[in-house]
Amino acid sequence: MDFFNDLMTNPGITKAMWPAFLETLQMVGISGLFTVVVGLPLGILLLNTAKGGLTPNRGLNVLLSGIIVNITRSIPFAILMVSLIPLASALVGTSLGPIAASVSLTIGTIPFFARLVETALRDVSAGKIDAALVMGSTRMQVVRKVLVPEAMPGIIAATTTTLVTLIGYSAMAGLVGGGGLGRLAYNYGFQRYDATIMIVTIVIIVLLVQIVQVLGDWFARLVDHR
Amino acid sequence: MITVTDLRKVYQQGDRTVVALDGVSLHVEAGQIHGIIGHSGAGKSTLVRCLTLLDRPTSGSVAVNNKELANVSDTDLRTARRRIGMVFQHANLMDSRTTAQNVAFPLELIGTPKSTINEKVSALLELVGLTNFADAYPSQLSGGQRQRVGIARALSSDPDVLLCDEPTSALDPKTTDEILALIKSVRDRLNLTVLIITHEMNVVKQACDSVSLLEAGRIVEHGDIEKVVANPAGRLSQALLPMPGDLPAQLPAGTVLDLLYSGASAAEPIISSISRTFNLDVNVLAGSVENLGEHQFAHLRIQLPEGSDINAITAHLIANGVAVTLKEAK
Repeated sequence: MDFFNDLMTNPGITKAMWPAFLETLQMVGISGLFTVVVGLPLGILLLNTAKGGLTPNRGLNVLLSGIIVNITRSIPFAILMVSLIPLASALVGTSLGPIAASVSLTIGTIPFFARLVETALRDVSAGKIDAALVMGSTRMQVVRKVLVPEAMPGIIAATTTTLVTLIGYSAMAGLVGGGGLGRLAYNYGFQRYDATIMIVTIVIIVLLVQIVQVLGDWFARLVDHR
Repeated sequence: MITVTDLRKVYQQGDRTVVALDGVSLHVEAGQIHGIIGHSGAGKSTLVRCLTLLDRPTSGSVAVNNKELANVSDTDLRTARRRIGMVFQHANLMDSRTTAQNVAFPLELIGTPKSTINEKVSALLELVGLTNFADAYPSQLSGGQRQRVGIARALSSDPDVLLCDEPTSALDPKTTDEILALIKSVRDRLNLTVLIITHEMNVVKQACDSVSLLEAGRIVEHGDIEKVVANPAGRLSQALLPMPGDLPAQLPAGTVLDLLYSGASAAEPIISSISRTFNLDVNVLAGSVENLGEHQFAHLRIQLPEGSDINAITAHLIANGVAVTLKEAK
C-alpha cells in the first residue's frame, strides 16, 4: 500500500512529473521535426551523389557521407551533446532547458536519420527510376514522384526508429541541463533514492516508446501498397 | 518509323575495353512490329539503354520519324525520350500509385491539366481492358494485368515508337499470347512502330513482321519474317522452324532430305506429289508447320527409299518452290 500511497502524494509525481513529461515531449518534438526536415534532404543527397546515383558527385559525397555523417555518428552521443553546449547557447541564448537541448539532439540524430533514409531510398528498384527517366522525368521529378513516394513506408519506419532513439537521447540530454523525464529520474530517483519516481518515469518512457512505435507501424502500413 | 544507324557503344571495364554494340543499324517502317532476338550477352540490354537514351551511344544515331534523338543536348533529351514509349520486362510500375495514377505519370510530368489526364487515362485503360481496375494498386494485379498497365502508361505520352524490352519473359504462355495480341491490336489502332527485344523465338513467331538477330553486338541476320524463314541455311530459319538435331540411330537405308517451303507451295500436297510422280514411298521423319506473318511455312524431314532418283526428285521439288537440303545419303 505504501507504494500506491506514495504514488498519489509524492510531490515528485504530483508536481514535477507533468512538466517534466511536457519538456520531454518538447525536446523530442522539436528535434524530431528538425531532424526530418534536414535529414530527409541529406539522405536524398547521400544516395544521389554516390556512384550510380542521379547526380554522382564524388567530392560532395565524400564530404557529406565520409566526413559529416560518419564523424558525427562515431562520436558517442553523451560526448557530442556536451561538446555542442556552446553552439546551443550561441543559437538559442542559453545552454539550459529543452530548447537548448534540442540543438544537440537534432545535430546528433540528423546523420542517423539520413543514413536510414538513404537505405530506404536505395530499396527503390533501379527499374522504377529508369522507367521514370525514360518517360521524360527531370531528376527532381524522379526524387519527388518516384524515390520519396516509393520509399515512404521505409521513411516512416526510419522516422519511428529515430523518434524512439530521440526519446532515449532526450533522457541523456536532461542530465546536462535539458530537463524532462531524464532529469527527473536522475534527481529524484538516483540522487534521492526515490524508487517510486524511478519506476514511474520508466513506465512513462516505456509507454511513450510503445505509442510512437505502434503509431509509426500503423502509419507505415497505411502507405505501404507493395 | 525508327531508323538506327551504325550504333556503337564501347565502355571500359577496368583495363578491358568492351564493345557492347558494334555498329547496329535498323530500319522499321511505321505500323511494323520488328523483333530483335538474341541470347543473353548479345547486347540486347545495351541496345535498349541506347535506344531509350538511358545510356549515350558512343557513336551512331537513333532517329524517330527523321528526328534525331541520340545526339541532342541534355535539355532536349527529355522531350526526345517521349517519342519512344517503353514497356519493361517487369512492368516497373510505381507501387505507391494506383493503375490510373501509373498511367497518368507521363502526363503529370509535363503538367497536363487534370481533366485532360482523366479523359486520356480512362481511354487508355479501356484500350488495354483494365477499366475496372483503375483504383487497384499494382500489388493487387496479376503479372499480365501489370504489363497491360505498363503498355497503357507507355502509350499515354503519344509516342511514335513502342519499345518493348522482354515484355513477356516473366509471363506464362497464355498471358504471353494475350499481351502479344494486345501489342498487335494497339499497333493496328495507333499505327505505331513497335520494337520487341526478346530472347523468345515464340514472340517473334507470334507477333513480328520482321526480325533481326543480334549476336555479339552486331546484327547478323535481318529481314521480313517470310524472307528469313525461307532461307534454310539461315540461323533464324532454323530457330523459327526447328528440326531435331540428330537422325534416329536405327534408320533404314535411304536418302534423308530437309524440305522447306512456304506461302502458296505450303498449301500443295508436296509429299504425295513426289510419291505419285516417282512412284515411291516417302517416310516423314520430323517436321514443323507454322503460320508466320501472312503465310504458312512447312519444314519437313523426309526419307526416300534406296535407289530413288535423288536428282530428279530434287529438281521436281525445286521447280515447285521447295528449298531442299541433303541431310544424309545412304
